Amino acid sequence: MKTKDEMAMIKHHLSDRLLMAYSAGTLPEAFNLVVATHISLCAECRARLGSFDAIGGALLEKVDASAEMSPETLSQTLARLKVQGESPREPAAQVTDKVLPQPLRAYLDGGIEAVKWRAVGGGVRQVVLPTSDHASARLLRIPAGTSVPDHGHRGLELTLVLQGAFSDEADRFGRGDIEIADEELHHTPVAEPGEDCICLAATDAPLKFKGLLPRLAQPFLRI
Amino acid sequence: MTENGSDWVGVVHSIAHQQDKEAFTKLFAHFGPRVKAFLMKSGANAALAEECAQDVMVTVWRKAKQFDPSRASVATWIFTIARNRRIDMLRRDRRPEPEELSWGPEEEPDQLDVIALQQENDQLRAALSELPEKQRIMIERAYFGELTHSEIADETGLPLGTIKSRIRLALERLRHSLG
Repeated sequence: MKTKDEMAMIKHHLSDRLLMAYSAGTLPEAFNLVVATHISLCAECRARLGSFDAIGGALLEKVDASAEMSPETLSQTLARLKVQGESPREPAAQVTDKVLPQPLRAYLDGGIEAVKWRAVGGGVRQVVLPTSDHASARLLRIPAGTSVPDHGHRGLELTLVLQGAFSDEADRFGRGDIEIADEELHHTPVAEPGEDCICLAATDAPLKFKGLLPRLAQPFLRI
Repeated sequence: MTENGSDWVGVVHSIAHQQDKEAFTKLFAHFGPRVKAFLMKSGANAALAEECAQDVMVTVWRKAKQFDPSRASVATWIFTIARNRRIDMLRRDRRPEPEELSWGPEEEPDQLDVIALQQENDQLRAALSELPEKQRIMIERAYFGELTHSEIADETGLPLGTIKSRIRLALERLRHSLG
């Protein structure tokens, strides 16, 4: 569960564009996961998503519904209700994990302690999450005080901080903050001293690094 | 009451608490064809759309108790069910849901919140119909699944402040109860 302070501290939020596409259900799975995880931590964006869902509701109300249902559809549907009957309220999952909000836990059996990290160079470790291949998602663990090689982006990259914090040319990002990076951003994120920085990152294109060595390492990153 | 004079919140309440099939039939007559049309606009043929619309309405019946009228209108709630069915139907990418907020033990929603939310929805509907045509079409195409996220305009120009206030109030209360 979130604390009062944590909710109030988030400074970097989802864009309208991402919220609308999430509400419409048209994002790649990896981006859906980042959006759902951010909303789990961010009251502001949860409320904004409510507005975008309401737009969907308004469109449903005024869609041209002249395509009639066939006459037997109602009776068929009513017949299925008998089988369904009454259902109890679905119990909310109550497993808590200090780092991983619920949507992420579905991708990582056993919580943050059980993550099987793989080294990807420079002390950075990661685990790739099983999503559809329209975009990729991974959990990154950057040792406190370490920097990730200077890199640009070909597509869209979303980085959501789950533990610790990092800073780059744009700003400082702490737990719950999301950085939305596109082709215009070229950055060198540095994890703050203290705690390792754990991030959920998703991209729909491979990252491009400036230096030679990171470029060699790229196949191992599987991104 | 909604703009067409039906009290959909009351209808869903009857379904949830009395398994009222007459109420369901009324809801079906209104929303069934809309869900079907929504699915057809999203690329399904008439037969598939009708089958999936049936599934959506069965889900409405089954989950009626989970509907919270202080958080969403009935149309919004049915939209989210139809959207999820469409993702399955078209074998689109999985869409994880955010963590559920716990809103206290089975608390009945505050009637003032319910009324305010429904009013805000009416305002949003009115605002949508007043948008310039180009913008309205962009939004429709986004929701019918014709646009990728990068094709959606960065500035939607929507008066979203109208809806979020109510949800925000509820969240404020939750925040205080946590603090």
